[in-house]
Amino acid sequence: MSYLKGTTVVMSQTNDAFAKAEPLDVDTAVSVRGVSKNYGEVEALKNLSLDFPRGQLTSLLGPSGCGKTTLLKIIAGLLEPTAGEIEIDGKKVTGPGPDRAFVFQDFALLPWANVMRNVSFGLELRGVAKSEREDIAQKYIDNVGLSGFEKAYPHELSGGMRQRVGLARALSVDAQVLLLDEPFSAVDEQNRRKFQEDMLELVRNENKTFLFVTHSIEEAVYVSDQIAILLPRPSRVSEVIRPSSFRGTNVENIRRSPEYLDIVDQIWASLRNYVE
Amino acid sequence: MINRSLGLKLLSAILVFGAWEIAGRIPVSFAFPTFLESMQALFVMTFDGSIFTAYGETLKPLAIGVGISAFFGIGIGLWVGLSERFDWLFSPIFIVMQAAPLAALIPILVMAYGIGLTSKVFVVCIMAMPVIVLNTASAVRNTPANIKDMGRSFLASDRDIILKIVIPAASPVIFSGLRLGISAGFIGAILSELKITPTGVGDIITYSRSIADYPSMYAAIFSIIVLAVLFLNLLEQIENVLFEGNNRGYVSD
Ligand SMILES: Nc1ncnc2c1ncn2[C@@H]1O[C@H](COP(=O)(O)OP(=O)(O)OP(=O)(O)O)[C@@H](O)[C@H]1O
Ligand SMILES: [Mg+2]
Repeated sequence: MSYLKGTTVVMSQTNDAFAKAEPLDVDTAVSVRGVSKNYGEVEALKNLSLDFPRGQLTSLLGPSGCGKTTLLKIIAGLLEPTAGEIEIDGKKVTGPGPDRAFVFQDFALLPWANVMRNVSFGLELRGVAKSEREDIAQKYIDNVGLSGFEKAYPHELSGGMRQRVGLARALSVDAQVLLLDEPFSAVDEQNRRKFQEDMLELVRNENKTFLFVTHSIEEAVYVSDQIAILLPRPSRVSEVIRPSSFRGTNVENIRRSPEYLDIVDQIWASLRNYVE
Repeated sequence: MINRSLGLKLLSAILVFGAWEIAGRIPVSFAFPTFLESMQALFVMTFDGSIFTAYGETLKPLAIGVGISAFFGIGIGLWVGLSERFDWLFSPIFIVMQAAPLAALIPILVMAYGIGLTSKVFVVCIMAMPVIVLNTASAVRNTPANIKDMGRSFLASDRDIILKIVIPAASPVIFSGLRLGISAGFIGAILSELKITPTGVGDIITYSRSIADYPSMYAAIFSIIVLAVLFLNLLEQIENVLFEGNNRGYVSD
């Protein structure tokens, strides 16, 4: 484990030193610097620092209530940190921006709007013309498997379908950084696996940065380039794991690769302390 | 579904009118006419046109008062709901207004504004406005925070948040406030005609009572209730057309 941590540190140092010399090497898209967040008496995050490499998927894994949503909301610019700062492409975050899109844990759909309007709502707020935004939205509605439900209202959809509406909405605004708060939690196992594969495809094909919150260790290891394990409140990063060998292999083989299984075991070993 | 609810409405109408007819026939009181007598009186008033001239009078303060109450009530309610400072400033006024005994205020209004249209409009507004303001304000304050966050994260301006999130989210409660406010406005309009100067429908009620023409009196009262019910139904239709997904309640998770 310690050797894994070692690699990460080395990587970020090389990154600092050779950022210009090696543009193909990982550069940091989002960097969290010493962020703390208190809700009144409750210390949710304490001096948390973490770098998110561009074009890669980083998972945040940690016990319930440890502050994962809080961290995403701070990065999204929806919450002010009590201390510390967020930088995106070297610029300090002061509020929400077009470079980020959020998939909410509780979906946050408009109950009075149908699927089409919900999915295109982000574009609507950006002033995209109706026909154009509906074309784009249609594409993502199809992508998440909701074709035929364009006219349905959220109360007519199942939990998993609502979640996919939120996913399509975030994808349709074409942001560089995607903040996904347990985006597959309400999706059934078959769709979940399909979405995980789609996710890998998306990460590979588009040079976007994904911040992915999940409760599932297997899911985290399966989709991530980097896994950050958070400690319970007040939350800090306890370790950062970067799976390396199976990332390039075929999707079908990932779950059989020894490194995959090892990492799942390691993470479980370090998390089980917090589960009574 | 629609047919079933229509059937239920008809059934309840038949029950109520049947009970009225029976109570009138017993009779409960010599001043209580039967349903059929009252309907007959209503037909007479309809054919000689007197009911229309009466409504021409009554609807004036009612329409102006309800219009003002709806417009300013929702406006002030939004403001109060969005800003804590205005909440402090205005909420107590409307709470007092809602609790105030209107009959006691009428002489003061008459002293200040005379016995004309202005006083009557005031009565309608005092009846209708508070519930509209208070409902709107509480609906706005209770807009789900997660939807507002969603809007902000997708770059909604403050204006977008109000127009595209806060108002639609608050609309069911705003509309229920409107419904309550408008029914109260109807009461206010008739009350003002009974207490300030007898005009319009209030005049029919006062006059027919004074000559013991009870069927006409009840016909007038009946007609105003029917009008109120029709108007409230219309409002419900408007609401359903405007905010379709809202009528099935909220999706919280
Ligand atoms: N608005 C708030 N006011 C007060 N406390 C809050 C608020 N939001 C979150 N908290 C507290 O902050 C802590 C972290 O919450 P957060 O929602 O970030 O957890 P999480 O890691 O996303 O949990 P989960 O995995 O269950 O979604 C929790 O202990 C919670 O009680
Ligand atoms: Mg959460």
